[in-house]
Amino acid sequence: MSQRVTVVENILNANDQIAEQNMAQLEASGVTAVNLMASPGAGKTSLILSTVDRLVRRLRLGVVEGDTAPVTIDSERVLAKGVPAVQINTGGGCHLDAVMLQSALTQLDLDQLDLLIVENVGNLVCPANFRLGAQRNVLIASVPEGDDKPYKYPGMYRGVDALVINKIDLLPYTPFDMDYFCRGVEMLNPGLATFPLSCRTGEGLDDWIDWLVEQVRARRRV
Amino acid sequence: MHELSVTENILAIALRHAEKAQARRVTDLYLVIGQMASIVDDSVQFYWDIISAGTPAEGARLHFQRVPTELQCLNCNRRYAPADDDFACPDCRSQQIRVVAGEEFYLDAIEIE
Repeated sequence: MSQRVTVVENILNANDQIAEQNMAQLEASGVTAVNLMASPGAGKTSLILSTVDRLVRRLRLGVVEGDTAPVTIDSERVLAKGVPAVQINTGGGCHLDAVMLQSALTQLDLDQLDLLIVENVGNLVCPANFRLGAQRNVLIASVPEGDDKPYKYPGMYRGVDALVINKIDLLPYTPFDMDYFCRGVEMLNPGLATFPLSCRTGEGLDDWIDWLVEQVRARRRV
Repeated sequence: MHELSVTENILAIALRHAEKAQARRVTDLYLVIGQMASIVDDSVQFYWDIISAGTPAEGARLHFQRVPTELQCLNCNRRYAPADDDFACPDCRSQQIRVVAGEEFYLDAIEIE
């Protein structure tokens, strides 16, 4: 005899629960974690390296690098700057999940950190669905990707607390329509903190750095 | 890869509820998935056939209820389905909107024996 059982359970409930534990652990150590998401080539690593250069003497930094392949190129570049870095290899997986971050956190001395930057796997779809437990989720868009990305990847643009628009030095060479792009962002995520910048020239980086410092200060105060 | 971990979660949730209800097997799963949730039904089905094998949910039918995106204008309260690249209110053109539906991603019910 067949019987219907009501479930009504979020499919990613297990991940969300671990994410909550991660956040509690970060909060307990007073660490602000930022989950950096973007498509491949948008400039996640470049932004991290630029950010480390500007903040390494002001804040105690740590970096978690997510990659699909066992390459340590990115973490080595961070380590070379004297900042602790942990590499997560997803084994081909398209996103980081909360369990992966949980294991990375055990390899860091959280009490010695103010700001932890987590570089997610380059992908504009999957990372949006898997919360990690970072207090801030940030998306990097870049000019060469095109101005239609908010319309094509609404899930990603809806779930973030800040948006970096990288490679603005290329604006004169592309048909990227900033108004069209920003209209899409505004509809999906009204009032989103947005930072147009160029990691290459350094233009606009100060505002991004100020925002990051403010996120850390707000946590330190409470 | 994404669908694989999603499918594993679906199986785990279904088996947990089936066990609680002391079921012999699971015959049907009813999934509710919003249009904005980036999941491909066929891909979930593909992984399902593989990972459910040898479990009490082997061979269970997956039913996908797709929920279309619905927005509500916060200015005039109109509810509407957005166009592909225009989410603004079709009546008053306001861009102050909220998502009413389309982000669902849950297992609604199972049928067991």
